[in-house]
Amino acid sequence: MTTAQPAMNLLELRGVTVSFDGFLALNDLNLQLAPGELRAVIGPNGAGKTTFLDVITGKVRPTKGDVLFRGASLVGQSEHRISRLGIGRKFQTPRVYQNLTPRRNLELAVRGPHGPAALLFGSLSSDQRDRVQHLLGVVGLESHANQPAGGLSHGQKQWLEIAMLVAQDPELLLVDEPVAGLTDEETARTGELLCQLAGDHTVLVIEHDMDFIRDLQSPVTVLHEGHVLCEGSMDQVQNDPRVIEVYLGSETQEAA
Amino acid sequence: MADLLSSRNLRRALPWVVIVVVALVLPAVLPPFRLNLLGRFLSLGIVALGIDLIWGYTGMLSLGQGIFFALGAYALGMYLQLSSLEPGQLPEFFSLYGVKSLPAFWQPFTSPLFTFFAIWVIPALVAGVLGYLVFRNRIKGVYFSILTQAALLVFFNFFNGQQKLINGTNGLKTDTARLFGLLVGSDAMQRHLFWLTVVLVIAAWFLCRWLTRGRFGDALVAIRDDEPRLRFTGYNPTAYKTVVFAVAGALAGISGALYTVQSGIVSPQYMAVPFSIEMVIWVAVGGRGTLIGAVLGAVLINYAKSLVSEQLPETWLFIQGGLFLLVVTALPDGLVGWWRQGGPGRLIAMVGVPPKAATYPSLDLDPEVQAEHSDIDTTPRGGAS
Repeated sequence: MTTAQPAMNLLELRGVTVSFDGFLALNDLNLQLAPGELRAVIGPNGAGKTTFLDVITGKVRPTKGDVLFRGASLVGQSEHRISRLGIGRKFQTPRVYQNLTPRRNLELAVRGPHGPAALLFGSLSSDQRDRVQHLLGVVGLESHANQPAGGLSHGQKQWLEIAMLVAQDPELLLVDEPVAGLTDEETARTGELLCQLAGDHTVLVIEHDMDFIRDLQSPVTVLHEGHVLCEGSMDQVQNDPRVIEVYLGSETQEAA
Repeated sequence: MADLLSSRNLRRALPWVVIVVVALVLPAVLPPFRLNLLGRFLSLGIVALGIDLIWGYTGMLSLGQGIFFALGAYALGMYLQLSSLEPGQLPEFFSLYGVKSLPAFWQPFTSPLFTFFAIWVIPALVAGVLGYLVFRNRIKGVYFSILTQAALLVFFNFFNGQQKLINGTNGLKTDTARLFGLLVGSDAMQRHLFWLTVVLVIAAWFLCRWLTRGRFGDALVAIRDDEPRLRFTGYNPTAYKTVVFAVAGALAGISGALYTVQSGIVSPQYMAVPFSIEMVIWVAVGGRGTLIGAVLGAVLINYAKSLVSEQLPETWLFIQGGLFLLVVTALPDGLVGWWRQGGPGRLIAMVGVPPKAATYPSLDLDPEVQAEHSDIDTTPRGGAS
């Protein structure tokens, strides 16, 4: 931790542009995240939301601009190094290891050394074991802990993946559509979980579900055509004429 | 409690007792020719274990395991060429090509200790370096397979062309050499080699089991199922793939060395393209991702091949092709996978015998009875309530 800037941003995107053969998926994108913040990102289809996560996590290299995490550039670093710096990601469609049990999924994700030697010769510490057990309880998968994760329901997979993300204990959690396909009750519980995580962690949520975003009561960033259209609270954003025009349709502003 | 423990231990120990007894008895029962065949096929089980490791668990289909198999075989072959010579003599074939002095890279193979390590370390190093370069560039799937086959062809052509270095196409004979005072081709030596093979197959199986059981094995499965996902969890798949490919290379080298002393020769044919493809078929038929399946596949298919070829030499390729088709279309997890998923029971059920049920047969199997008792949870165990 550097002491030079006490209020330093945890994550900062400076003028990030990503061009796929001339198509600008991101166009001069600027964004700052303060430590402990919970931020929602919305935008119509094709606004560049997923590319935006790809750039942060090292899957896509920006054509222009820079991505800073704790003041150091992430550009050009491989995915696993960025992950080890403390950036975790949950994918749009749940991506759990179907042939492994939820417990083993979590044991792979849990924070600790991730090299071949560590996995071969070391064993999980009791802290790590407790953490896995605790998380299984938090997401209600204790009774399914030892059956292949491929047999879980969609909602359970979503939760398992969120648990995997939490097990990683990253400083920054990037959560792509955590409530897609969940029931209302599951959605509400996911919202609670994310709010709990914020504070200790910095959380960035991408979601289509407007009610869910509203319930998070977090600042909202609207992306449009790879650019930040506006930022503010959900109410501010929803009343912004530009947002209404590009996102919520013509004049009626429907939630959802 | 003590009884329970001991009976459980007994059940665990039973397969091992059977294996040891069979291994000890077989040389007395089987004619030397059959024993020698079995020893050879068992040694092929080791290369199959390596393929299972990289393909069955990690999802990398290598069509070039013949490279590492042959490297191990050549290492031992070269040692055997030198070991029975008087000081100052050269292996016979050198005189055919007018080579007057031993090429420099042959020198270390005068040492048994060096050879012992060369058999598995050289293939492991070659596999590690080759693998690292490929994996670092994120080449996978079918491109990886093509690349390994191309590498195999390069090695094959190179070894074929090097008469002055390693006797080219003719290869190196191993059965006329002496090892520990015994002629390698003799029945007594072949018996010892059979036992050595059994021991090494078991050792290789334990190694692979150790590698695949814990979190390391989980990471391999994760690479197979969703490699990008694993990267975002902070893992570097390149390191894992390199390690496991090198281990498979070492196993192939050991397998090749055992095979060559039981077949009497090592030649570039060990790097022929069809042979490396056959190795993959053994694993596919036996059962990908089941270690025992790899060994069983190698032994059963090769034994079948030799039996069929004795009777109807032309038909084997059709049978092998048919087996491969059967596995691809009907038995994706091979024979062992089919067995474990209750395949035999289903086969018996198909001919009309009702399968045994764990609890109340009519409740488990009869839809009418189930409907009457729909309040009873019939999920075997751990089911949601």
